[in-house]
Amino acid sequence: MTGSWGRRIVGLAALGGFVLLFAPIVVIVAFSFNEPAGRYNLVWQRFTMENWLHPFEREELTAAVLFSLRIAGAASLVAGVLGTLVALALVRHRFRGGALVDLLLVLPLTTPEIVMGSSLALLFLDLGVDRGPLTILLAHSMFCLSFVALTVKARLRGIDWTLEDAAMDLGAPPWRTFRTVTFPMVVPGVVAAMLLSFSLSMDDVIITFFVSGDGDANFPKYVYGSFQRELAPQVHVLSTALLVLSLGLLALSVVWQRRRATLSPGRV
Amino acid sequence: MSTRVGGRRLTPYLLVGPGVAWLGVFFLVPLWNLFVMSLSTKRSRYDFDPAFRWDWSNYGDVFGAYGTQLGRSFLFAGVATLACLVIGYPMAYWVVVHGGRFRAALVGLVIVPFFTSFLLRTISWTVLLADESVIVRALRATGVLAVLRTVGWIDGDRLLDTPVAVVGGLTYNFLPFMVLPLYVSLERIDLRLLDACGDLYASGWSAFRRVVLPLSLPGVFAGSLLTFIPATGDFVNAYFLGGTSSRMIGNVVQDRFLVQLDQPGAAAISFLLMAVITVAVLVYARVLGTEELTS
Repeated sequence: MTGSWGRRIVGLAALGGFVLLFAPIVVIVAFSFNEPAGRYNLVWQRFTMENWLHPFEREELTAAVLFSLRIAGAASLVAGVLGTLVALALVRHRFRGGALVDLLLVLPLTTPEIVMGSSLALLFLDLGVDRGPLTILLAHSMFCLSFVALTVKARLRGIDWTLEDAAMDLGAPPWRTFRTVTFPMVVPGVVAAMLLSFSLSMDDVIITFFVSGDGDANFPKYVYGSFQRELAPQVHVLSTALLVLSLGLLALSVVWQRRRATLSPGRV
Repeated sequence: MSTRVGGRRLTPYLLVGPGVAWLGVFFLVPLWNLFVMSLSTKRSRYDFDPAFRWDWSNYGDVFGAYGTQLGRSFLFAGVATLACLVIGYPMAYWVVVHGGRFRAALVGLVIVPFFTSFLLRTISWTVLLADESVIVRALRATGVLAVLRTVGWIDGDRLLDTPVAVVGGLTYNFLPFMVLPLYVSLERIDLRLLDACGDLYASGWSAFRRVVLPLSLPGVFAGSLLTFIPATGDFVNAYFLGGTSSRMIGNVVQDRFLVQLDQPGAAAISFLLMAVITVAVLVYARVLGTEELTS
């Protein structure tokens, strides 16, 4: 593919792929400025700022978004802690059963969500636990845990652990070594993994369908359910706002990591 | 790996303990329950404690009733996976070879769609594929719709509510899961290999086919699994983009479980799905593995 024709075709195909990825996002952003004629914000009418001036007009929608944010925050926290511990064990220690743990981590990624969802619904039914915010949190933290453990593991493999020994050799007590050396090295990977978990939880429909009660709806479940009646432009507004917010956070974390990299002892 | 002494031997188990317990309770135990349920019988619709009796008939029943949807799910997911590979490979390849110092940023772009709702992106495709949208009008004018009609993939003069729209939606939604593993495996390849191929008078195409492609097979494998498996169980794309004739097995499980309250039936379908996926994955691994040996 080094020939100029081959190169051009690959370039065009890649461009096409990126256009494809972003086409619906352009639609979402554009339609947040649309003034829909009926109850469905699906046909372009005319430009308006009205939706952006009243983003929280649909109370149920706002409640669903807040609910999603809370669940995603809690789930990524639980998954972040448990997943990081698993990743640390797998990278820093060689132990009996390590390979089995690796397999256990991959299994949820290779199981269709519909299967995990129905099996969890059954579990909660068996245990007599009412389906609600707690069961949603438990389910989300389960599939996020796999993602966190696997991504953090990949990041930890690239770390130079001899720095720890160096700190100890220089007389730093264990806690101080952890606080000033280990923690700063591990944290960027964990933060990235938790951001991923957060977006996975925010986005989950299929499992949430099975483990939520009738009353509670996260953002996607609300959109799915209300689609039979309407699609309010506020859905587009809040989605766009969340996109901008997460891109901002992502940019911040990149800047922060760069700064850390330049401040790290290795570079000074 | 630093060597640890005495009590430190317990450390890894203390570290993995909570996470493994979590996955055990919320992943393995439920799967086992689901399996037991698939062999149970309900006396009535509102019987909440179905009796376990090695009732394999559930499997026969659901296979008879929903074989079509099961087959359709694998067909749709398979075509979508292939489409993801065809679209995703050039993307990953181009980013690796021509990305330069923007590589990381370009890969970041692939993840950006994750930050907007999966559901709303799928709904947005109903806008893009609406009957009088620019895309559909262009496809109509260029005769693509006519070709699709001749092949039998669509019935009328529209894309929405057809299998084509569902497969398109699946392709779109799972594309990042294909591109990322492909990128990771392509990134590991030493680009100087390509120069070496050129020096040895290999054409661009044969350099790709005999050097790059074999080295990227692990990425192809991982990407295909991460695309194919979630796609088979998806019901969102079929719900929003497909008509009644493109219902997938995910729609069936959802309906059986949550609406009909037929948990044993839904459980049997789930395990049937898992079984076929496992076989498909093993066969696929075999095919890719042998290819790797011969080239």
